[in-house]
Amino acid sequence: MKKLLAQIKASMGIYESEPVYGLLAEFADPGALLHAASQVREAGYRHFDVHSPFPVHGMDKAMGLGNSLVGFFTLGGGITGFALAYWLQWWTGAVAYPLNISGKPFFAIEPSIPIMFELTVLFAAFGAVAGMFALNGLPRPHSPLFYSRNFTRATDDAFFLHIAASDKCFDLEETRQLLADLGGYHVELLAAQE
Amino acid sequence: MATLKKSHITQCLLDPFASTGADAPDAFRYKGDWRIWGIPLLVGALGLTSGLSGWLADPRQFYFSYLIGWVFCLTIALGALFFVLIQHLTRARWSIVVRRMAEALLWTFPLLAVLGIPVLFGLHDLYHWTHTEAVAADPILAGKTPYLNVPFFLIRLAVYFLVWSLLAYHLYRNSLAQDCTGDADIPARQRKVSALGLAAGAVTTAFASFDLLMSLDPHWFSTIFGVYVFAGAFMSIHALLALCAMMLQGVGNLKGVVTTEHYQDLGKLTFAFVVFWTYIAFSQYMLIWYGNIPEETLWYRHRLSHGWEVHSAVLLLGHFVVPFFLLLSRAVKRSRLFLGVICVWLLAMQWFDIHWLAAPVLHPDAATIHFLDVANWLGLFGIVLGVSMYRLVRHSLVPCRSPGLDDSLHFENT
Repeated sequence: MKKLLAQIKASMGIYESEPVYGLLAEFADPGALLHAASQVREAGYRHFDVHSPFPVHGMDKAMGLGNSLVGFFTLGGGITGFALAYWLQWWTGAVAYPLNISGKPFFAIEPSIPIMFELTVLFAAFGAVAGMFALNGLPRPHSPLFYSRNFTRATDDAFFLHIAASDKCFDLEETRQLLADLGGYHVELLAAQE
Repeated sequence: MATLKKSHITQCLLDPFASTGADAPDAFRYKGDWRIWGIPLLVGALGLTSGLSGWLADPRQFYFSYLIGWVFCLTIALGALFFVLIQHLTRARWSIVVRRMAEALLWTFPLLAVLGIPVLFGLHDLYHWTHTEAVAADPILAGKTPYLNVPFFLIRLAVYFLVWSLLAYHLYRNSLAQDCTGDADIPARQRKVSALGLAAGAVTTAFASFDLLMSLDPHWFSTIFGVYVFAGAFMSIHALLALCAMMLQGVGNLKGVVTTEHYQDLGKLTFAFVVFWTYIAFSQYMLIWYGNIPEETLWYRHRLSHGWEVHSAVLLLGHFVVPFFLLLSRAVKRSRLFLGVICVWLLAMQWFDIHWLAAPVLHPDAATIHFLDVANWLGLFGIVLGVSMYRLVRHSLVPCRSPGLDDSLHFENT
């Protein structure tokens, strides 16, 4: 159970490893980051992530990320909204409070469709946003990456790659060497503070 | 520097410009044989011959069948027109590699004007409002005579075709001229034509749909009808462009030029306009259902009884539910086989939709799909497609000197 939870968290980018959290390296430009990501991936690492001030084209492919699963959350939300709107209108109109309005049926599918459509869209949007948050492991107020002073530049002018210690291939020396070989500098060890 | 030459005047229905294909870069030059246009033309000739022979047996049925097939082709050409207009106005780059196919379809308008002559002979059989005695005895129709009368009807049709042909001519000529000269002013000129063209195209399409289809049942009216016809037309062109690209690639062209990414985008737009069509179709239906006024509901009454309710159900399922769920998937849009099957199906549904609009006027008491319906549809569509393909392969298969071509070639969905 604990292992499963850790796996799910890892899929969201939350890597649990104590006391050593991982290694963080800075790269000179988006091209170097892209190259490093694909090489790290090829070296067999899975628990790693990149951080850049702007989206880097082709990064999904380089990191080996598949298609986002968010669409399934959207579909689920849409179907929920559709069913809910149908039930809502049927129950209020025909069961709980039937009103005769100019001889129209208490419940008919025709005038119900706009509401069904609207709630489909609304719940699909809820599903998409909730799914996006869940798949990214958000909200996440703190990350061990924040222990690095240098890391604040991830939103400004620096490109980072971080490999988590929870990765099967993680080895302090080898991984540090790999990052350095790929052109990473300022390689930092992230560890829980005393 | 090469210039764009006009072709001989006798060929103007086929292609108003001399072939420029020989100057095209190798990757964009057509490499197949005559069959890409010959086979559609043969099917067309066969269909049209058997279709026309139906005139001898049952002229009224023939005229309706012919009108349905002809309007189907017209919606394809209009779809192509709107496609090209919108690509220019939005400065779309993804679509450049498939734009030439739509441009080739554009010059169908003059041919369609010629192919429309049989409809003019059938006005009396098609349109109840041409029966002067019946109109005189009917106060509602009598009130509509200032609009619904034969001379004005003919003038309007002439104006529509003039506007469409002029737009088509400019868009097509500019694009071919760009292949020859690479003139940097052409994109701006195309946008100018497109801005005017979009406004003119919207009005003419709406009124053409009122005249050609809605006035078949002259008592009935629906202001959204023009949008409904546009929605079907615009859905169809995306499906047809995907199929055209598949046909060209099937005989060894455009390898690596039109990619899975472009097919996915065409699939997305097809999907979007499947939904848009449904939205409009339902908007029309719901307002009439809610208003519940006999002069409006009667039209649906005809389409929900005497077997036509089966057609209505097929339309709902086949034009919306099934393609909606199929095209929802990314994998389906990226598979040529699946996308191809869905596109063929949707083109058939577009015809079925127009048949559903027109045919109940002829057979209010018994739903049918007549042999002549199919023969005339395949006949006219075969001719239109064959001639367009012939026109397409005479030139570079993509606008080879369009400024955004490189972006289009390397386009990727994110």
